[in-house]
Amino acid sequence: MSTAGTDTAQAVEVRELTKVFKGARGVRHQAVADVSFDVPVGGSLGIVGESGSGKTTIARMLVGLERPTSGRIAVLGRDRSRPARRGVERGARARELQIVFQDPYTSLDPRQSARAAVAEVLRHHGGLTAEQRAKRLDELVDQVGLTERQALARPRDLSGGQRQRVAIARALAARPRVLVLDEAVSALDVSIQAQILNLLADIRAETGLTYLLISHDLAVVRQLCDTVLVLRGGRVVEQGDCARVLDAPAEEYTRALREAVPVPGWTVGV
Amino acid sequence: MREKLRTTTGRLGLAGTASAVFLLVVLLIALAAPLLAPADPNRQSLLDAYTGPSAAHLLGADGIGRDILSRLMFGARTSLLGPALVVGVSLLVGIPLALLASWYGGWVDAVVARVFDLIYALPGLLLAVLTVALFGPGLTPAVAALSIAYVPFLARIVRAAARQQRVSPYVDALSVQGFGVLRISVGHVLRNIAPTVVGQAAIAFGYALLDLASLSYLGLAVQAPTPDWGVMVSDTDALLKGYWLPVIAPGVLIVLTVLALTVLGARISGEKPPRYLRRAKRTGDRRVPNTAPVGTPNQKETTVGAVG
Repeated sequence: MSTAGTDTAQAVEVRELTKVFKGARGVRHQAVADVSFDVPVGGSLGIVGESGSGKTTIARMLVGLERPTSGRIAVLGRDRSRPARRGVERGARARELQIVFQDPYTSLDPRQSARAAVAEVLRHHGGLTAEQRAKRLDELVDQVGLTERQALARPRDLSGGQRQRVAIARALAARPRVLVLDEAVSALDVSIQAQILNLLADIRAETGLTYLLISHDLAVVRQLCDTVLVLRGGRVVEQGDCARVLDAPAEEYTRALREAVPVPGWTVGV
Repeated sequence: MREKLRTTTGRLGLAGTASAVFLLVVLLIALAAPLLAPADPNRQSLLDAYTGPSAAHLLGADGIGRDILSRLMFGARTSLLGPALVVGVSLLVGIPLALLASWYGGWVDAVVARVFDLIYALPGLLLAVLTVALFGPGLTPAVAALSIAYVPFLARIVRAAARQQRVSPYVDALSVQGFGVLRISVGHVLRNIAPTVVGQAAIAFGYALLDLASLSYLGLAVQAPTPDWGVMVSDTDALLKGYWLPVIAPGVLIVLTVLALTVLGARISGEKPPRYLRRAKRTGDRRVPNTAPVGTPNQKETTVGAVG
């Protein structure tokens, strides 16, 4: 992998990313150490690893919820290693990369219906007339497969899968180019997982969105990703083509991770 | 409309609804006092001094022959205005501080929390007595002092509730969408904790009413000729002469109003009413949590839409 400068062909470019958390009494915990990767535009990278391997910390740094201790993050050529100072910059970053969180029960404002939540985002990013906004709203609701009634319901009246559809619609509202899926299907039942994964695959086929999928579930990664990166203790163990890494892992750890899956070779939705 | 009324009364429960109705009546009477009062609250007629209830004076007259019912009606105005100002000012100061502290956390939160603790350690009445000693008696200094004293009472609750929302992923999601601190704090966090804030404000209103009545009783807040419940309770002359109605009537009103505010406040913020107000045999709890649930238990998936 090259460590060349900004390359606009890359949707996401991460170089030597490190995050150190300072705990009580000066205890330092290195959550992410020297991680580098690229995701080409339209590509799909899976980041796998066990709990505590630093997957979610990477996601939070990508979206700007955590500040990297060192290293560089660029999305579509725009550096986002430092927090955005101004609203304009925040808005621009939001239109480049969005995230869907793991827990659909807490990632939606309990007082907002799907339509209200998506409409708020559309209004915030501007650039559309009221009429266009209404049209886009219908489009998004339809795209994620929510019925009109579900779109008007409060989150507490929706199931986990339906809520995750709302979260996806909200993330897509600003037409981001990159979507980070942080364990986005882990909290769902297996059958619903398959539905959401199919939905995500359809969306990618339609829009050419770049995915960055974070998961502990190799089957999920296998279904959705072109390339994969295996993390352990915050460090990259192995990375490369998805089929190659998962079928013929070069590293002992990847093999162990693969064998930890109850039924080896099991694939979702096939 | 009727449906809405029914859900509201259902949520407030019997005690809560009764409290709300009582408070509404008191408020309306206070507002319409000039229209409703049978007499001028300050007109004296020594011939009627300490007369008991009669057609002319439904609740009798006090030591200088003023109509007690009229004084109670007009007294409701000052008695409610003071606490309203106290709660209003405390919220105005406390909410921004609490939201700020809960949003930024870290040292900002630590500083704000310590300041709240410091003020909380000072008894409100003591602060009020001190202020009155400096600026002289009157409603304004008493209200000003109590406003400061009540800031932590309200703000600590707001801070804790806002903190709970702050760490919930929906706030992160909004932040990733590029929304600013102000927009998220006011438009989402505050909206979600509104029941807690309103409930706590109602309880604070009751306490402030009691505090101001105590100060008026001591002659430190509302001054004598002005009709006020606290002032009326301090009518020791009546008590010494064995006439209880001029003192008991405002006293009962104070107690009922404070009780109603406490019960209503607790119901709005989703707490259970005090045990002595609950019927022992009812086991089913109809209470619906009004605050945004931050960790809802798992729900089973039902059928989902078309794609899949």
